[in-house]
Amino acid sequence: MRLALREMRRRPGRFAIATVILTLIAILLMFLGGLLDGLVASSTGAFRAQRADLMVYSGNSRNSLERSRIEPDVRHQVESVPGVTRVGGLGSVQLGGRVPGRGARDLVPTVLFGYELAPRGLPSTPPGAGTVYADDSLRAKNVVVGTTIHLGPARSAVTVVGFVSDTRYSGQGTLWGSLETWRQVLNANRPDARVGPGVVQVLVVQRAPLGGAGLAGRIDRATDGATTTLTITEAVNALPGVSQQRTVFNQIIGVTVVIAIVVVALFFALLTVERTALYGVLKAIGASSRTLFVGVVLQAVVVALIASLIGIVASLVLDALIPAGTIPFVATPARLLSSAVVLVVAAVVGCTFSLRRVLRVDPAAAIGGTP
Amino acid sequence: MTTLAEFAGTVGHALEMRGITKVYKVADEEVVALDHVDLTVASDEIVALVGPSGSGKTTLCSIAGGVLSPTDGSVVVAGREISGYSGRQLTDFRRESVGFVFQTVNLIPFLTARENLLVVDEIGRRLGRVARDRADQLLAELGLADRAANLPAQLSGGQKQRVAIGRALMNDPSLVLFDEPTSALDSSLGDQVVRLIREEMKARGTAAIIVTHDDRITHYADRTVHIEDGRIAE
Repeated sequence: MRLALREMRRRPGRFAIATVILTLIAILLMFLGGLLDGLVASSTGAFRAQRADLMVYSGNSRNSLERSRIEPDVRHQVESVPGVTRVGGLGSVQLGGRVPGRGARDLVPTVLFGYELAPRGLPSTPPGAGTVYADDSLRAKNVVVGTTIHLGPARSAVTVVGFVSDTRYSGQGTLWGSLETWRQVLNANRPDARVGPGVVQVLVVQRAPLGGAGLAGRIDRATDGATTTLTITEAVNALPGVSQQRTVFNQIIGVTVVIAIVVVALFFALLTVERTALYGVLKAIGASSRTLFVGVVLQAVVVALIASLIGIVASLVLDALIPAGTIPFVATPARLLSSAVVLVVAAVVGCTFSLRRVLRVDPAAAIGGTP
Repeated sequence: MTTLAEFAGTVGHALEMRGITKVYKVADEEVVALDHVDLTVASDEIVALVGPSGSGKTTLCSIAGGVLSPTDGSVVVAGREISGYSGRQLTDFRRESVGFVFQTVNLIPFLTARENLLVVDEIGRRLGRVARDRADQLLAELGLADRAANLPAQLSGGQKQRVAIGRALMNDPSLVLFDEPTSALDSSLGDQVVRLIREEMKARGTAAIIVTHDDRITHYADRTVHIEDGRIAE
């Protein structure tokens, strides 16, 4: 093993091409992963922030927040189901916002949410009428505490009283107020979607610690099919485009990993061919095939680790340099580390293609003992 | 398994080969490289193995060193019958019991002279300090103490060959096999190297087989064995 490491130290140029190619692949893997995470995060933050276990949609909504409406009588049915501890209404409306300091036609896309059960980072009592908490991403749009944003064609005024992080929805910055504020803004700007008192789009439900099993089914049976109840994870996956984004990006990431395996396989196969004479000598003086192959694997792992390290640094720099609200890229430790692990595994898999060549090296050839 | 009688017969011999036959299959033809060869080398004897190209001397050397297995016959090295060894057993045997000096030197180019000697320890028992001390001692004895930190590219042909000799002696072998050790050297340097081989082997009481085309080497050997068409003609 020390022999393999010494070779890398003394002949770094020999491994430069493989390191450069794997570094580019590492950056690509981490960038694609970061884009996927950023896209998913910007689409799902409002749901992931819910401190609840279930989301109850109206039965005919096809799990769409925009189409769903829960009437007060259905809410009472849900609240009475054993195992349900707390229920809160949630409503949303997507509107262009006019922010002071920006042009009259330069609307900031926003989603105003009305809530009862406080999502993560928000006070348990919703802010008063006409006031909202804003998602952090809106800071990049000149929004500060005290800013009054005029929403939609009716230019409904809401004033920002604080910020909350990671609550974007559908790629847009969110505003969080009371259900009353939501109803006022919705009814003023979307006459076609007006709601009456007590009506919400969905219910978020907290369940009893021991009474949760099968609760979603019990809720839907209690409402006689007037509702469709999903876990938060299911609700996140049901958001438009989320599963499609994951599928497409994961396929691209998969192809990239296959390319990494091919690069490592080709590079170390060539290196093994170059080293045939050296391996012959080492085998003649008593090195086992196992010792030699472990050296090859070690070199591949070191190359992959160096590539991953550079990829991680590049991703963090990229994350810091990309202006907020432009490219939805997030460099999370989990994504960076998992990409590094995938690359190392790809390197190990790639160099197993050299195993047969190492096994076939004949020590007799080193001393001309075969015809 | 070596019987007691067989073992008693091999005491004092570094190498005892009996009825060695080696047949290669080349395409559909069988090529007999060695044909019922018998060879015995005493424990501190230096044997020059001389013969024309293709006579089977390198094959004989390879079988004696456990690099090749014979098609038929018995090979006993320092009391160990190796002709029935598996690949793994032969690897262990080569690492522990024989030394090789190859025709083209074959030092590892990215290791210093000292590290080339220590490779034997690295792929083997890993004696650490003991191995390092032995490498330093061998380099000093071979007149290479001041070249220990040099890479092979920084050494002359004779110095490289001396490093290769040092590497062959690192595992304190019973038998050292030299494959045309002077073929890449000019005559005076070749002479020095062969004299050094004799001194080192005799000082340690180690047996050696020197495969060569060069008749001058035979003067330094205790015995010359001629091989032709796979048969010994002493």
